[in-house]
Amino acid sequence: MSAPSAAAPARRRLPAATVLRFAGVAAVVVYCLAPFYWMIVSAFRRPQDQFDNAPLPSPWSLENFRAVFEPDVGFQRALVNSLVVAGTTTLLTLLVGTFASYALARLTFRGKNLVLGMVITTSMFPGISLIVPLLKLFTDIGWINTYQAMVLPSLSFALPLAVWNLTTFFRQLPFELEQAAMVDGCTRGQAFRRIIVPLAAPGVFTTAIITFIAAWNEFIIALSMVNKKEMQTATVAISKFTGAYGFDQPFGTQMAAGVIVTVPLVIVVLIFQRRIIAGLTAGGVK
Amino acid sequence: MTTITAAPERPPSDGAAAKPARRRGDVQRSGRLAAVLLSPTFLVLALVVGYPILAALRESLYRRGQGLDADGFVVQGDQFVGLSNYLDIFTGQSASVFWGALWNTSFFTVTTVAIETVLGMCMALIMHWAFRGRALVRASVLVPWAIPTAVSALLWRWVFQADGVANAIIGHEVLWTTEGVQAKFAVIIADTWKTAPFVGLLVLAGLQMIPRDVHEAARVDGANAWHQFWRITLPLVKPVLLVAVLFRLLDVLRMFDLPFVLIGAQKESVQTLSMLAYDEASNLRYGAAAAYSTILFLYVAVVAYAFVKLLGADVIGEMRQARAAGDRRARLRLPFRKGVSS
Repeated sequence: MSAPSAAAPARRRLPAATVLRFAGVAAVVVYCLAPFYWMIVSAFRRPQDQFDNAPLPSPWSLENFRAVFEPDVGFQRALVNSLVVAGTTTLLTLLVGTFASYALARLTFRGKNLVLGMVITTSMFPGISLIVPLLKLFTDIGWINTYQAMVLPSLSFALPLAVWNLTTFFRQLPFELEQAAMVDGCTRGQAFRRIIVPLAAPGVFTTAIITFIAAWNEFIIALSMVNKKEMQTATVAISKFTGAYGFDQPFGTQMAAGVIVTVPLVIVVLIFQRRIIAGLTAGGVK
Repeated sequence: MTTITAAPERPPSDGAAAKPARRRGDVQRSGRLAAVLLSPTFLVLALVVGYPILAALRESLYRRGQGLDADGFVVQGDQFVGLSNYLDIFTGQSASVFWGALWNTSFFTVTTVAIETVLGMCMALIMHWAFRGRALVRASVLVPWAIPTAVSALLWRWVFQADGVANAIIGHEVLWTTEGVQAKFAVIIADTWKTAPFVGLLVLAGLQMIPRDVHEAARVDGANAWHQFWRITLPLVKPVLLVAVLFRLLDVLRMFDLPFVLIGAQKESVQTLSMLAYDEASNLRYGAAAAYSTILFLYVAVVAYAFVKLLGADVIGEMRQARAAGDRRARLRLPFRKGVSS
């Protein structure tokens, strides 16, 4: 309130503000992308140039990628495992979570806030507290090295995430349409199937992407529940590339594997960025 | 009750207008439907969250039996040992490991969340102000979020190699990934890189909910940029910021992947409570592991409770308000809205 004149000149000096804005944008972009860029560049170097710090690989080489797909590395299998685990988790989560979110977004019932609170609370529990007893249980019933041993614990974080996202999306749907359908003689169930489901599809799709990414990126469950190489997921497999080489970490191969695991995700994320941001911020804003 | 032909029901917001008797009937029927719809979720959560928490509590009171009982028989299976797992943790031989891990966990939580909040706030302001390149910033901000933590840990391990690019840039040879305070820095840097943009996204959503006229009114009244930020932006964005900070706090408290892959297992200077519990479990000492994880669970619960109570981070309340003010906010959140409703 002290300096009325301070704001006015700043507005008139537009170039300076523009430069500042540009610098800010550039800083954020470099901050976010520089390490990622380094991963890609390192992946495309020849193994013998691995410690070269030039900004571009010279010459470019696919040697590291070839090394990732060596048969004895078993990375293809790890990718398949990741797909199965993350895919199943996403499907189960959506199947179960959609109903709950519909109830939370649409129906009036007692204890709704309690339910919402419980859903959020469960997502805050540390993963390790769930893993230790489940690890023991799964060992006893012979589930170690199975897909279900990875999928079930993953539901613990995926389901609250999905319920929360879907509830936010469902709230934004036009309520009146559902009412109108029910006036026209639809039951709630029919109104849900015929009106809400098609309209909710984008929200469900976004939630599916977010859940899939969360499950795909999961590490500690997959690390704990599996001790056989053939059942490792991609994230665990990459972190264990070290073994064969002792102390000499094959960073080039790891970066190449990292690129393979990350780039498809990044592309999907970029295509659907608006939706994903809306989904991600749903938890924080609402 | 009547038959299935549903009477035209009113939206709950019109409840005041409806007759009380009718409304109660509606709530009851909704209640039953809600129970049916919610039960699968609750079943799953009870199975994968409720059961493990209770099982961990029980497990933490037992120890894998290899001892002899009073008659000299070898005891197989688990033995009830009361609180002795906890006593061992607090005062036993490995107490220093536990206190170290507790310290590391708390240290990482305070430092990373503080840095991420400030950085995230700056990023949000930049994104909010940017006219050109907005799409580019938004896209790039999502990249660190989309990278698996384990992969980002490897990436930073590579950057922080003795002859890696980090040392080349600072022109000084630091052995980042070896035991010592530099390992802590490495973890903090890597974690900040991955999650500050996420905080930025959340805060940006909060910024976009602030009506433009508030700032304009302040400018007309002669508030400079700093005043506007301190007196208007920050208070208005505070609810969102608090929720973001809470999410981050709880996430860092259970940190595992990053130090585990970036520095390694059983490294004193970066070992967190999660890593300690994992280590015990992978050595089949489930009792001790369960005790560690129960302690972590309580720690997280206390932090969350204190945070919500003291600072009023109103996670659900935000949601209720959002519903009441849905229309107004919807207009204010136009950029996001477009993506959702199209």
